[in-house]
Amino acid sequence: MISQISKDKLGPKYASMKEPIEACVHCGFCLPTCPTYSTMGDEMNSPRGRIFLMKETLEGKIDPSEIDPFIDNCLGCLACVTSCPSGVEYGELISPYRSWSEEQRKRGTLEKLQRFALLKTIPCPDRFRAASKIASVFKPVAPYLPKSFGAMIELAPSQLPEKQEFDPIYPANGTRRGRVALLIGCAQQALAPKINQAAINVLTRNGIEVVVPESQGCCGSLAMHIGASKEAQAAAKKNFEAFPDDVDAIISTAAGCGSGMKEYGTLFAGADEEIADQAKAYSAKVQDVCAYLDAVGFAPPENSEAPPIKVAYHDACHLAHAQKIRSAPRKLLQSVPGIELLEPAEWEICCGSAGSYNIEHPDTAKELGKRKVKNLMATNPDVIATGNIGCLTQIEFHSKDSEKPVPVVHTVELLDGWSPGR
Amino acid sequence: MSDFYSKLRSIFPPDRLYEDAARVTPYVSDGLTVFREEPKAVVMPISNEEVADTLKLCHEFEIPFVARGSGTSLSGGSLPIRDGIVISLNRLNQILDLDPDNRTARVQPGVINSEISAAAADHGLYFAPDPSSQTVCTIGGNLAFNSGGAHCLKYGMTSNHILGLTVALPDGTVAELGNDSLENAGPDCVGLFVGSEGLLGIALEIQVRLMPVPESFQTILASYDSLEAAGDAVAAVVASGILPGAMEIMDRLAIEAAEAAVSAGYPEDAEACLIVELDGETAAVDADFQALSTTMEQTGAKEVRVAQSTEERLLIWKGRKSAFSAVGRLSPDYIVQDGVVPRSKLGQALKDISRFSSEAGLRVANVFHAGDGNLHPLILFDATEADGLEKAEALAGRILRLCLELGGSITGEHGVGVEKLEYMPDMFSPTDLDAFNRIRRAIDPKEISNRGKMLPSKEAPALSSQGPHPLEKAGVISRM
Ligand SMILES: Cc1cc2nc3c(=O)[nH]c(=O)nc-3n(C[C@H](O)[C@H](O)[C@H](O)COP(=O)(O)OP(=O)(O)OC[C@H]3O[C@@H](n4cnc5c(N)ncnc54)[C@H](O)[C@@H]3O)c2cc1C
Ligand code: SF4
Ligand code: SF4
Repeated sequence: MISQISKDKLGPKYASMKEPIEACVHCGFCLPTCPTYSTMGDEMNSPRGRIFLMKETLEGKIDPSEIDPFIDNCLGCLACVTSCPSGVEYGELISPYRSWSEEQRKRGTLEKLQRFALLKTIPCPDRFRAASKIASVFKPVAPYLPKSFGAMIELAPSQLPEKQEFDPIYPANGTRRGRVALLIGCAQQALAPKINQAAINVLTRNGIEVVVPESQGCCGSLAMHIGASKEAQAAAKKNFEAFPDDVDAIISTAAGCGSGMKEYGTLFAGADEEIADQAKAYSAKVQDVCAYLDAVGFAPPENSEAPPIKVAYHDACHLAHAQKIRSAPRKLLQSVPGIELLEPAEWEICCGSAGSYNIEHPDTAKELGKRKVKNLMATNPDVIATGNIGCLTQIEFHSKDSEKPVPVVHTVELLDGWSPGR
Repeated sequence: MSDFYSKLRSIFPPDRLYEDAARVTPYVSDGLTVFREEPKAVVMPISNEEVADTLKLCHEFEIPFVARGSGTSLSGGSLPIRDGIVISLNRLNQILDLDPDNRTARVQPGVINSEISAAAADHGLYFAPDPSSQTVCTIGGNLAFNSGGAHCLKYGMTSNHILGLTVALPDGTVAELGNDSLENAGPDCVGLFVGSEGLLGIALEIQVRLMPVPESFQTILASYDSLEAAGDAVAAVVASGILPGAMEIMDRLAIEAAEAAVSAGYPEDAEACLIVELDGETAAVDADFQALSTTMEQTGAKEVRVAQSTEERLLIWKGRKSAFSAVGRLSPDYIVQDGVVPRSKLGQALKDISRFSSEAGLRVANVFHAGDGNLHPLILFDATEADGLEKAEALAGRILRLCLELGGSITGEHGVGVEKLEYMPDMFSPTDLDAFNRIRRAIDPKEISNRGKMLPSKEAPALSSQGPHPLEKAGVISRM
């Protein structure tokens, strides 16, 4: 679809938005798997509609503020990229668009406060821990607070596991086959440090040395997701310094962080050459833990007495759609003796977690969460596995009301020999 | 007029009545984006009554309206009408009843084609018409265009699978057409409504026929050195007396695009490939497969591959069905044509199209329902060139006239819409057109239902094939 967007007017930072817009042929093949279209049924909440609205806005025909609600509704799940035969890279449009429109936008005080709170707490494990404690005090009054604040508090965990510190380096067991650096993440590290621990166990057992850079911080994905590109860039730059160069890969156990870090190229588009190159080099090393294990070769743990378990696998959007990783986790899981893999219906559709979406759009998030749980539970699993902390908490939260809730774990925990009651 | 909108507001709450730019803009076009028109409003009914009340109001105030399903029409069928409203049927999307014993289902118009098959799968049944857009397009759109698909070669178009309809006529009257059983008495009113491109009102409930899922499949992918050879192979299969479920051809450009989209393992160095699928009872499929293999051996295929698993078979189809959209990878702008030629003239038609293409200096990708002689030349053009679109439309016109000369039709399944309006007088005589218009006016005297589409009427007086579209001149539509 031809556009009259002027690259010159947009400047180097945003010029790339023209490409995905022009690659869209308006065929609608992306509609059925778009979570907002499938719940709301209107074009402005569809990928095709959003692309068209962004085009009209960038051409100056509509004021950005008019389309904000529909852009905000987008979960950034990228199911539309998987389903698009024309190869439209929607992610390369929505991220820069959000930061472009953020520059033009006037937000209300309450909304600003909430964004500030989000940007300051989630990306920092210690603050996240502190905030969760405060939030748990407010739980009883959550229903009386403004909707999204209420959601923020409702979703905050009432109890966090104990804080865990990691060693700077974990040597490989046996012959060393590789050396990687692990991004421990922020929310994940506060909510479930056992995931990183499991990753370290699995990697080292498979002959991989794991470095955990001490000065690392948040990867900036959450900020990037909501268009706060300055904050995202600052976070990324900090990690460029913190991570060593002499590793084969930078491993992420959270799909959201992994996909965000792979987008650094777009984040630093138009920035000075040195930093842009640094961003590209860093991005190129980022790998999801399962993809890495599958590539280097994985041997399952030896706990032969473990009872057989049925595992329903949930495709995290930021793994399946954003990083196009679907077969690696399945292959690894199936190689573990006793694991039977179950496939839920509607794998393409987001669970509604999507970064901070469940805090900003609680109603849609709730509907999607319930739908996801229903599909997962219909397979009658013993345990649900997924590759992203956001999905994990969202599914856990919405399965609380199920008849027979089952544990929700990270794929890598199963690769580390997780079994019920262990 | 403002009365009209205030009354409309009393039917629809604000979250289902769009009048602001941000919510109206995404509805300005269907799948043919070169035509765009801003409607005055978009409404999103959730009941039959709301649809009927809206039509009554439109009739009273003479406001034109267009029904919209998923907006995948490729001919401007669901393009809004100036000063009119869009009635979006996406929330009327329930399967009302599924009767496995009688093999029928009653559905609302906004149900997606493939969802009917998904719902019927538990009973071993499916809805046979399979347009390539089946995961997106609605049954309402299918019936308005009498849509077809790869497997319509054996099972017929949408019209063969619609038994009865509840419709809102353009003045808001609700009527029952046909009945729920497999046999109908009286005039075939369902037949009149199906394929009428939304000119006779809005379908509210649709009784469809379901078929048993074939017991077995054999899918063959053959590659050829020329498009003509693939076309001749189709003729050879037809002559052998076998009736495959589907016979589809893709040329080199289409193969390239589809392969990039789904990695189905299509032959990379072939000028064309032919997909032949046999389906039905296992014994019959096996017998046909023997005969087909012998025939295919004699067609000079470079390579013949048989799908070894269901996954492989589905991937071959996924690529074929993605091909139109995938061509967007080769050129962001193209128009899809939909001409029909007698099957025996396929080879000649393809040769002529290729000549026209090089004379016009425009690339043409071909992907089509070969078994039906239903061509889909995709004309690739550069919309940034001043006369890019005009050149493409001139080539399209040449191709359509060729189809008519060879004894075919200007549309197989995508409808006339606005795009092929100007060719109607080439296909039908003035008396034919007058007869169509008399039927239309008997049902819709004010011509408010999808005004300006399919039938050249008062909005499209002068028809010419070059320059601005007649509807543009008349100010009914505009291009951006
Ligand atoms: C990539 C691609 C591939 C395609 N492949 C095929 C193919 O293989 N075969 C084929 O036949 N078509 C194909 N099409 C065209 C298109 O998908 C079909 O015409 C489809 O039936 C349109 O359905 P829709 O729901 O999108 O309808 P829309 O585009 O919304 O509407 C189409 C027409 O139907 C009318 N309409 C919609 N609902 C109703 C209703 N309830 N009552 C009365 N009128 C109504 C509209 O007013 C309009 O005139 C393809 C399109 C694309 C983009
Ligand atoms: S599937 Fe791709 S090309 Fe088609 S409308 Fe969606 S984004 Fe555009
Ligand atoms: S990213 Fe997800 S929510 Fe956003 S348009 Fe694409 S499919 Fe829809």
